[in-house]
Amino acid sequence: MMRFDSALGLEARRGPVATAVKVVVYTGMVLVFTGPLVGLLVSAFSRTLDPTAFSLWPDGFTLDNFVQAADKNVYHYLLNSFVVVGFGLLLQMLVSVFAAYSLSRKKFRGMAVVMLVMLATMMLPEEIIAIPLSLVLADLPLLHADLIGTYAGMILPVGAWGFSILVMTEFMKEVPVELEEAARIDGAGELRTFFTIILPLCRPALGVIGVFGFTMIWDQYLLPLIVAPEPGMWTLPIALRSLRSDEEVGIGVLLAASLLALLPSIIAFLAFQRQFMRGLTSGAVKG
Amino acid sequence: MGPSVTLTQAPPAAATPRRRPRRAPRRGTLVAWAFLAPALLLFLYFKFIPMAKGLVMSFQEIRYLDSTWVGFDNYRTILTDEAFTAAIRHSVVLALGTTAGSLVLGLVLALLIEGPARYLWFVRTAAFLPVVTTMAVVAEVWRIMYHPGDTGMVNSILGWFGGDPQPFLASEHSSLLSIMGMSVWRGTPYDMMIFLAGLVGVDRSLYEAAAVDGATTWKRLRHITLPALRPVFWILFTLAAIRGLRVFVEVYVLTNGGPNGSSEVLMTLVYKLGFQKGELGVASAGGILLFLATLLLTVLVQVMRRRQAA
Repeated sequence: MMRFDSALGLEARRGPVATAVKVVVYTGMVLVFTGPLVGLLVSAFSRTLDPTAFSLWPDGFTLDNFVQAADKNVYHYLLNSFVVVGFGLLLQMLVSVFAAYSLSRKKFRGMAVVMLVMLATMMLPEEIIAIPLSLVLADLPLLHADLIGTYAGMILPVGAWGFSILVMTEFMKEVPVELEEAARIDGAGELRTFFTIILPLCRPALGVIGVFGFTMIWDQYLLPLIVAPEPGMWTLPIALRSLRSDEEVGIGVLLAASLLALLPSIIAFLAFQRQFMRGLTSGAVKG
Repeated sequence: MGPSVTLTQAPPAAATPRRRPRRAPRRGTLVAWAFLAPALLLFLYFKFIPMAKGLVMSFQEIRYLDSTWVGFDNYRTILTDEAFTAAIRHSVVLALGTTAGSLVLGLVLALLIEGPARYLWFVRTAAFLPVVTTMAVVAEVWRIMYHPGDTGMVNSILGWFGGDPQPFLASEHSSLLSIMGMSVWRGTPYDMMIFLAGLVGVDRSLYEAAAVDGATTWKRLRHITLPALRPVFWILFTLAAIRGLRVFVEVYVLTNGGPNGSSEVLMTLVYKLGFQKGELGVASAGGILLFLATLLLTVLVQVMRRRQAA
């Protein structure tokens, strides 16, 4: 009896050969894709002075690397990262839901242009504008503020993200308009309708843009690199490069810091996996 | 947090419940723009103004506060300078290699792992972890694994299969290839997931009909599965190629362009020129060229897709 749930039907096949192939393929995949990360986890808790000793087998459990990490300001960098991701994500989600509300609910002249602008920003990777962006951040047009070396310089540029706005807009289009009209007839103002009626209904989509936004901001590299020239403002990802070259502490601190930089995004992914996959397959994932 | 402050002020809170029908559309328009204002302001300041500034700077020679108009000189420099042409070549090779590798491996793995079993969900989740891992961490981990001595992790694994130790990042001949290897490792699970989502949409009754007609698995794959995945394939191709062209972090962390410029890509060179040597004009022109390449690639793929669909 043949089954037709999949193209190859490997999973549905029975018998010793098929089983052997399945075991090899599936364990192979898990090993290849998680091996390096498990290696990092194990090595960060091991006594590793030798820079090549990176393995999947524990070698004397120790917390020394994490203790020494404190001397190298790793926890300060971690805190910087959390400040940026915390405020950045809050701003990004607010900006996204506001913009999406307008794009999904209102009809106005110039809407097509605005949609085009959103799409254009997604086609414009920040790498391309890194150099002029650093000059703009050093002296904001009209406001004449210098954001170099400030948290705001790392937070504001990630505040508006085309992907989040579009995902949110698509979702809000599905929310029935009747509820909102009922609220308006009851005399609720625009903002109240928004916060008490629309936003609670959008919780699933908030999960999607929340987890994507978190990974996106946590993964920022070039932006903190140009905004934070002084170590005091470094985020953890850009601090890693300076930790590796330290001869006296060896590779242990780098491993501990790498693990700390890795965990938040992994935890966010595992906790919001369903939302993550939904956002991923909505077909709009860009930049 | 300026934008959110302006926003709380902007919507007309004093709007009376009994609206006059004639004024309603104008009020709606105002509210619409007020809700869009924070996003548009942020885009203006951190995307469009820098883009415009970059475009202007790309035609200038900039020394400290002075700037003189030099026409297309900066572009000419980029397209004739040996370091730049090498960097562009490396970027293209890296983008193509990474894209092709991730697409092929992602497709093969998606086909192997397709199915309803519960444990496959675990395998998929585990395999997906590289995608959500911070790039800087991935690069540091691979830098350690690529240690050129025979105790390095990748070399140890090669040793089990009787391979000789490789220098990886330390050699001019293998540095770019090694970066590609890491990028494929990180890109494959992403492509695999999207292919899996595409496979869900394939009509199951076609498989059944093919089986009735006595088609082999290979034929079924070629004539039913792969054509159904074509749109997914083009989306992934465009995304990966663009991502590959603008690659920065991977190279910056793994080799910083070395050894001897053998893995220098466009963005690492632009970064060095702009932030270390102060050649802002040339660096801006590099950014603009990258933007044009991205644009061209997107349009080309769109045109090809249209033609195929027609």
